[in-house]
Amino acid sequence: MIEVSHLYKSFDGVDVLTDINAKFYDGKTNLIIGQSGSGKTVLVKCLVGLLMPERGELMYDNRDFLKMDKREKKRLRTEMGMLFQSAALFDSMTVLENVMFPLDMFSDKTYRERARRAMFCLDRVNLTAAKSKYPSEISGGMQKRVAIARAIALNPKYLFCDEPNSGLDPKTSLVIDELIHGITHEYGITTIINTHDMNSVMGIGENIVFIHKGVKEWEGTSKDIFAAQNEKLVDFIFASDLFKKVRDVEMREAASGGAAARRG
Amino acid sequence: MLKALASVGRYVSLMWRVFARPERYGMYFKQYLKELQQLGVNSIGIVLLISLFIGAVITIQIKLNIESPWMPKWTVGYVTREILLLEFSSAIMCLILAGKIGSNIASELGTMRVTQQIDALEIMGINSASYLILPKIGALMTMIPVLVIFSIFAGIIGAFASCWFIGIMPATVLEYGLQYMFVEWYVWCGFIKSFFFAFIIASVSSYFGYTVDGGSIEVGKASTDAVVLSSVLILFADLVLTQLLMG
Ligand SMILES: Nc1ncnc2c1ncn2[C@@H]1O[C@H](COP(=O)(O)OP(=O)(O)OP(=O)(O)O)[C@@H](O)[C@H]1O
Ligand SMILES: [Mg+2]
Repeated sequence: MIEVSHLYKSFDGVDVLTDINAKFYDGKTNLIIGQSGSGKTVLVKCLVGLLMPERGELMYDNRDFLKMDKREKKRLRTEMGMLFQSAALFDSMTVLENVMFPLDMFSDKTYRERARRAMFCLDRVNLTAAKSKYPSEISGGMQKRVAIARAIALNPKYLFCDEPNSGLDPKTSLVIDELIHGITHEYGITTIINTHDMNSVMGIGENIVFIHKGVKEWEGTSKDIFAAQNEKLVDFIFASDLFKKVRDVEMREAASGGAAARRG
Repeated sequence: MLKALASVGRYVSLMWRVFARPERYGMYFKQYLKELQQLGVNSIGIVLLISLFIGAVITIQIKLNIESPWMPKWTVGYVTREILLLEFSSAIMCLILAGKIGSNIASELGTMRVTQQIDALEIMGINSASYLILPKIGALMTMIPVLVIFSIFAGIIGAFASCWFIGIMPATVLEYGLQYMFVEWYVWCGFIKSFFFAFIIASVSSYFGYTVDGGSIEVGKASTDAVVLSSVLILFADLVLTQLLMG
């Protein structure tokens, strides 16, 4: 479990995150949602240590990340996997080499074992056929899947995904979402996903943290998100017409259901 | 001025990270071999080509300009050798390489930065500065002195070629001049200088590439800045080193 408390981050005096408190659970897909520019990426970067917050506490299973020395941080980092918005594959390496890279760096296994593990991860994302291609030769969705395979190569305890389905079509997005969801449950990973895609929210939102202008406004699950009273969240969700319709239908059903219950 | 000082500070602290103890020597060595190939071996062609032509041109120029009844003809060979050994094959060659290799390093690292590949390394717990930059510095400091030797030889072959094919003077006279009062220390000077130049090219270009912030425009700017500043520093270092080694 990752616990964030009273986290502040600003750039040149402009507050980007103010007093963030949140919990991210093991074996669940934890979503951070919010509009573009609300500070999701900054929050995740603070979580993984790419940015230093000004104040606050950041506990990884009761280990305080911000108070760790270099060596402890390094050890913790080998337990993290991250999926970047732009996949961030190493373009000088083939798909297989990309997935093997963390193993080459950190595991003491033989070459055969490392290659087998990499192939296993590639198989998990259905990409064994593309193993000798270079990142520039495969599609964006495939790159994302390779990045997932690379992120899980070392069996991470914590997986961070920054907008895993930005720039992908709805169907491919679904594939990626399900992949991440499946892996999270299979290995009990604490997964944190940044997104503004409502399909992901409905599909895999097991724990949702809503951020608006750097302030946490709401948290809950995909089940109670439609019933949420927070105005900013409501604005965010119902920015799309489809969800407005869904909400109207649900409200009508709830109203008639309530009436029926009263009658009965 | 303050900004320049801040940059120097950032450069020093980056180098501090670069020279940390490698985590995994095997991986660094693999990277080192790759850089030897990419930065060094791939530059051999251009070094040979340029040196060959410049060697020939210097010989022709000297011949035309010092031709007089009082000057022995072998002087041409002597002067050509001194120019090649003392300046052309070390300093000028490194200036040319700064253009080729410096822009290559800065744009490669800059692209890795803006596409978050460097962040990806950091997340894995890898000292990205050291992993990416140390093999480049090592590879250049190995390869550039070798390239300097190549350049000297190619320059001399160029000088001979101007005798054989253009016939500006008898090759034997040129050869006598080339060997006249040869001082071995001058070769070492070129060698020593090139070590410093190699470090300047690799570290300065890496600094500009590694610290890119933004997008493709910044990468382009970093690559230009890398070439300009490495060239200026090479010229400056040349002045200082020449004074120290020869003065
Ligand atoms: N390095 C930085 N320097 C200065 N300001 C920054 C920096 N990084 C982010 N910001 C600012 O922080 C705010 C939040 O940015 P962030 O990237 O976290 O948004 P986001 O929620 O991830 O948006 P998106 O959905 O578009 O990715 C923005 O206003 C941005 O301008
Ligand atoms: Mg973002």
